[in-house]
Amino acid sequence: MGSGMARFVVRRLVSMALVLFAVSAIVFAIFNVIPGGDPAVRMAGKIPTETQVEAIREEWGFDEPVYVQYAKTMEKLFSGDLISYYTQLNVTDEILNGAPRTFALAIGASIVWMAFAIALGLYGAIRQGAMSDRLLNALALVGISMPVFWLGAMLSHYLGTELGLFPSGGYVEFLDSPSEWLWHLVLPWFTLAVLFIGIYSRVLRADVIETMGEDYVRAARAKGLSERRVMVRHVLRNSLIPIVTLWGLDFGAVLGGGAILTEQVFSLQGVGQYAADAIGQSDVPAVMGVVMYGAFFIVVFNALVDIAYAALDPRIRLEGRAGK
Amino acid sequence: MWANEVAHTTPEANHLTDKIEVDGRPTDVIDELGKPIGPTWSSRFFLGADGNGRDIMVRLLYGGRNSLLIGLLASLGTIVLGLLIGLLAGYYRGRVDAFVGWLLDVIWAFPVILLGVALGTALAVGGLELGPLTIEGDSLTIPILIIAIVYIPYLARPVRGRVLALREREFVEAARAQGMGSARIVFSEIMPNLLSTVAVMLPLLVVNAILLEAALSFLGAGVQAPNASWGTMIAEGVERIISAPHLAIVPGAMLVATVLSLAVFGEGVRKVLDPKAEVRIEH
Repeated sequence: MGSGMARFVVRRLVSMALVLFAVSAIVFAIFNVIPGGDPAVRMAGKIPTETQVEAIREEWGFDEPVYVQYAKTMEKLFSGDLISYYTQLNVTDEILNGAPRTFALAIGASIVWMAFAIALGLYGAIRQGAMSDRLLNALALVGISMPVFWLGAMLSHYLGTELGLFPSGGYVEFLDSPSEWLWHLVLPWFTLAVLFIGIYSRVLRADVIETMGEDYVRAARAKGLSERRVMVRHVLRNSLIPIVTLWGLDFGAVLGGGAILTEQVFSLQGVGQYAADAIGQSDVPAVMGVVMYGAFFIVVFNALVDIAYAALDPRIRLEGRAGK
Repeated sequence: MWANEVAHTTPEANHLTDKIEVDGRPTDVIDELGKPIGPTWSSRFFLGADGNGRDIMVRLLYGGRNSLLIGLLASLGTIVLGLLIGLLAGYYRGRVDAFVGWLLDVIWAFPVILLGVALGTALAVGGLELGPLTIEGDSLTIPILIIAIVYIPYLARPVRGRVLALREREFVEAARAQGMGSARIVFSEIMPNLLSTVAVMLPLLVVNAILLEAALSFLGAGVQAPNASWGTMIAEGVERIISAPHLAIVPGAMLVATVLSLAVFGEGVRKVLDPKAEVRIEH
């Protein structure tokens, strides 16, 4: 961790800010260029008079040039005073309301997918080529091919509505009832995790097989270490690096909107669902808030992964921007 | 693809009041409670009807045609744009590369589904008018364009990496020494060497594009009614899952089967062409 590292981190942060700026500008432009109807007319109610519309236009600043509107929207976004055109509620508050639900979903699901992926990936690598390994491989492909929302709907209908094993949807606050909270989240966690279990277990399996052929692993075996110790201390430790990298990127993406389908199917009322509603109503402030929230997590986790890599491998810093 | 040759009716036609023979008895396609008929396993309504009395098998064929068409065209779009961008960045390096890298970061940073839904719903209402170009709101072009753009970084990044390595090779230097122009070197010397990368990526891109189309349609931002796609059919099915679960199961199963076979095919291509490449599937 020298000044080289510090410079790298600073450069990464600057590019992060630039990317976020570009994303916000593009989204704002899209919603101003696209014919979504004049928001002032819609806000004025069913039979608007011309003066009402004018008043609203002035009050909300729709009569100003686009770049001034953009600057004002961004200013409000950062100070937390952004108000929805449609519901007239504070956008930041709404996102903060939904965030715990989205986080509960994302964190739980990522624990499920990491645990299953590591167990199945290791098992597959040890039983390489056996019937059980091939079966797991086929199952992983099926998991990858399954659309999340379809899987969710099927699970919610058959395990939820038909068999009554789990609630078919909804969310219960953790503080109200921890057991109900857990019960309501089991199906969403697994629904969201299936795809990632498929991908990660295959990546891990391939990596473990490759690592097992390395000299230092053979040396560890030759030293007389137990098979278990070799696998955990020497093989798994190394093979976890690519998985953890993937996890960083995917976790950011799930928080930043990837969970929207799962939230929708199980009506969890998280940020994703708020986003879907806001977009359906062309509610520009809400859309801006949600997209910035999503892009923020994606960018932050990308940067974290890059920085962690640079800390582990000094060559990346010298190259400047490492190609992904 | 040959849906119109096989089908006995059109995907939009409804048969709300029709009666068909089941086990020798005439049966309503939709019963008094509005519950659609289940699979009959005969030539009409083979897989049953949906809530509007439309034949699911027929809609499945037409919907599949849309899903596959969007998947293929979007992937081709991604490949053309991704190749071009990757080639530019890799060949010219320096400022061009830095700018392209930043551009890809921006595309990458967009929450994919959010952006897709935002564009899809906004465009579905009013369509798009860009100078002389007018796209109708319910046209398939919109989901195709959105999906093509979103996946550019997946292709452009590996292509750039390959080009960076290729441009230092002897045959490129030889071409330069012969006095070939940059454009010719890029297109006739470097590009053919990228074919294996593209061939490995293509099936995976199609898989991702089909799944993303289904997700967008499920959220109401992809293919617009009355057009069908497997995504919209699942969305319609999920709404009536309690009374008529076959509406959601059938298109979902078709989607899984299609994507699965493409994924296995892609796996095969990858093993043949590039056994070490690590390619990701992601939604």
